[in-house]
Amino acid sequence: MTITAESHAQPEGTRASAAPASARPPRGAVRLVRVALAGRPNSGKTTLFNRLTGASQHVGNYPGVTIEKKEGVRVHAGTRLSLVDLPGTYSLAAYSVDEQVARDFLIEEHPDVVVCVVDATNLERNLYLVVQLMELGLPLVLALNMSDVAAERGYRFDLATLSRLLGDVPVVPTVASRGDGAMELLDAVVAVGLGERAQRHVPIAYGAEVDAEIERLAAALEADAALLAPRQSRWVALKLLENDPAVRRQVTRVVPRAADILAAADAAAARLHGLFRDEPEVVIADRRYGFASGACREVILRTPESRRTRSDQVDAIVAHPLLGLPIFLGLLYLVFTATFRLGEYPVDGIHHLFHWLSGTVGGLWPAGSALKSLLVDGVIGGVGGVVAFLPNVLILFLAIAVLEDSGYMARAAFIVDRWMHRIGLHGKSFIPMLIGFGCTVPAIMATRILESRRDRLTTMLVLPLMSCGARLPIYVLLVGVFFAPQWQAPVMWGMYLVGVVAALVLAKLLRATLFRGEDEPFVMELPPYRVPTLKGVLLHGGRRGWMYLRKAGTIILGVSICLWALTSYPKPPAAAPGAARQAVALEYSAAGRIGKALEPVMAPVGFDWKINTALLGAVAAKELFVAQMGIVHALDAADDREPDPLGDALRRQYTPRQALAIMLFCLLGLPCAATVAVVRAESGSWRWAALQWAGLTLMAYLVVLLVYQVGGLMGFA
Amino acid sequence: MTPTAHHPKAPEPVILASLPDGSRARLVQVEGGAALRARLVAMGLRPGAEVHVVHNGGRGPFVMAMDDCRIVIGRGMAHRIRVEPLEPAASGARRRR
Repeated sequence: MTITAESHAQPEGTRASAAPASARPPRGAVRLVRVALAGRPNSGKTTLFNRLTGASQHVGNYPGVTIEKKEGVRVHAGTRLSLVDLPGTYSLAAYSVDEQVARDFLIEEHPDVVVCVVDATNLERNLYLVVQLMELGLPLVLALNMSDVAAERGYRFDLATLSRLLGDVPVVPTVASRGDGAMELLDAVVAVGLGERAQRHVPIAYGAEVDAEIERLAAALEADAALLAPRQSRWVALKLLENDPAVRRQVTRVVPRAADILAAADAAAARLHGLFRDEPEVVIADRRYGFASGACREVILRTPESRRTRSDQVDAIVAHPLLGLPIFLGLLYLVFTATFRLGEYPVDGIHHLFHWLSGTVGGLWPAGSALKSLLVDGVIGGVGGVVAFLPNVLILFLAIAVLEDSGYMARAAFIVDRWMHRIGLHGKSFIPMLIGFGCTVPAIMATRILESRRDRLTTMLVLPLMSCGARLPIYVLLVGVFFAPQWQAPVMWGMYLVGVVAALVLAKLLRATLFRGEDEPFVMELPPYRVPTLKGVLLHGGRRGWMYLRKAGTIILGVSICLWALTSYPKPPAAAPGAARQAVALEYSAAGRIGKALEPVMAPVGFDWKINTALLGAVAAKELFVAQMGIVHALDAADDREPDPLGDALRRQYTPRQALAIMLFCLLGLPCAATVAVVRAESGSWRWAALQWAGLTLMAYLVVLLVYQVGGLMGFA
Repeated sequence: MTPTAHHPKAPEPVILASLPDGSRARLVQVEGGAALRARLVAMGLRPGAEVHVVHNGGRGPFVMAMDDCRIVIGRGMAHRIRVEPLEPAASGARRRR
């Protein structure tokens, strides 16, 4: 907060003197301005956000919270800016959850400044969102992003006129990828945020007929609900004419004579429909576009010849009807190979680290100490089992981030669209599915890109079948112990394939029953290819990896301790000597008793009471199955540790058929606690979360029952 | 301008899905629910917009361009959009409406 920095805040406009001196706090005090970043997908909004907030940005929300928005803080010119990155949206009409989140934030939180990031190479379409922000009447700053690319292509803009047309909104050219214009943008944000730079409200003309209906409805609203300011009532009236379901619900809640207002809105809409022979929402959307289009005519001084871009040339190969699919499959193979092969080395390292840690910690206490057992078997064993697979998950997420940031993911959705249609979904559902191979939680959050609720719920319900990173430890353990080396890789790939096939079959089934209805029309923008930036990929992939890690630190840590307690207590009254004592203790413990109680149900699928006990862990999180198997068998085995005690113990007690049954059951059933929480939050009800849990677990039971029994009849061990 | 209006002397509207790669056309009308059409307008697909067929996959999805923006739509969707074909000669410079 230096004097030079302070001088940055000086507004360029003439309104400086109009700002009351009292608005300036005494020297040293920090003023707070709340800023929201809005913009279309692919406008470079997130890159700009990362530029503005630097390393201070922290991850949004995770299970239980319904909105995912990133927040960051930046101090500029003696002002503390708290920035929120809203989801990228085409409009504020609330067609998708992302749009709803963005709009709710703007209306409820009422930020001091909204920075709208627009793609300068595509001004007309980007201005559509700007128009909707103007309707909301929030103070705006326009970041004309990718201005370098626009200049290169030959665009020339009249920025002063653009600013004037939008109501003296500051327009700042930026290049987010290089950070150009960031300082000027922050200057403008501070000036607008502190009220040093006034803006005019520019009413959008929707045509005389629509305007008259808006006025009439607004007047009725004001007469009825005194709490609405005139501008708010105009906005509500506009939204009512647009038949916006969320606003209608809101009106029903807060306006005393809501039924009359809604009836008046319906009558007005019917009048407009008669006049235009089209729905008012389409007419209004068209008028908004008209404003954007008109503004562009005035401010774009020179437009380039449109030409076949490099993106088109790449698409000619990558999205080719014949070449597209092989390229896509090749890329997927590459991603998964990298995930497993590159991941091996750090995974081994982390395993050794935790092994060393449990040895060191274990050495501090005498054998038989409860605290030692808690730390070594409960905490280190439980969390270590999860953290060990972080490299795999992280590599997968980084690879997905590269695919997303480069623009390829949209092409992949395009390529698989034809096949996805066969199961009643479209290409876009594929993106969450791919993320699901890393972790189901971010995958479920990624279903927000789907507009139709039917598509979204179908995708959400089948997502746990995509074999996530947490299943990997189970496969690695069991495949390594029970299958000959030449069979290990095929069995692993087989598990992934079984999951995908099950997901597709189930999706088809859901679309034919619960979510019956016509296919949602498929419309998606293909962003131009871009070279992903290292920073972007690290932030993007790292964010999802962090969700996985956080799960280890919170849910899994807590559950590990609970499970440890369940397997350790209550203690049997009379201790038998040696190994027998351990076995008796486990059987006597709460977990052992539950496992025993489940035996009649689970015996037909090949699970004994020890497996049942370990599955208690999988209910919380899949990776805990391995840790729990470890606890069960560590308590069971003699105290002197062999090189691979768990593997040997398993080999002695179980058969490959049982191992396969365990893997299948963990793949198909028991969605983890974090999944249940996020499905509840994202679907808005416990009903779907409960249905998913019960349905998938029942399906898993039936499939495993079939496989295990038929396998037995065919004579497999 | 009503959303379904088109120039009196313009050629008969055809289905977008029937146009070959490389052709240009002006969007006339989209058949579908109001919510869908409003969403398309938000993306720039409004009556009067000039579109360019980048890739007509036959049975797969359909790629079109508006200015520098590429939009992929499903086959079913491409059958529900009516357009007026434009002369391909005038490609490039943006038309002032």
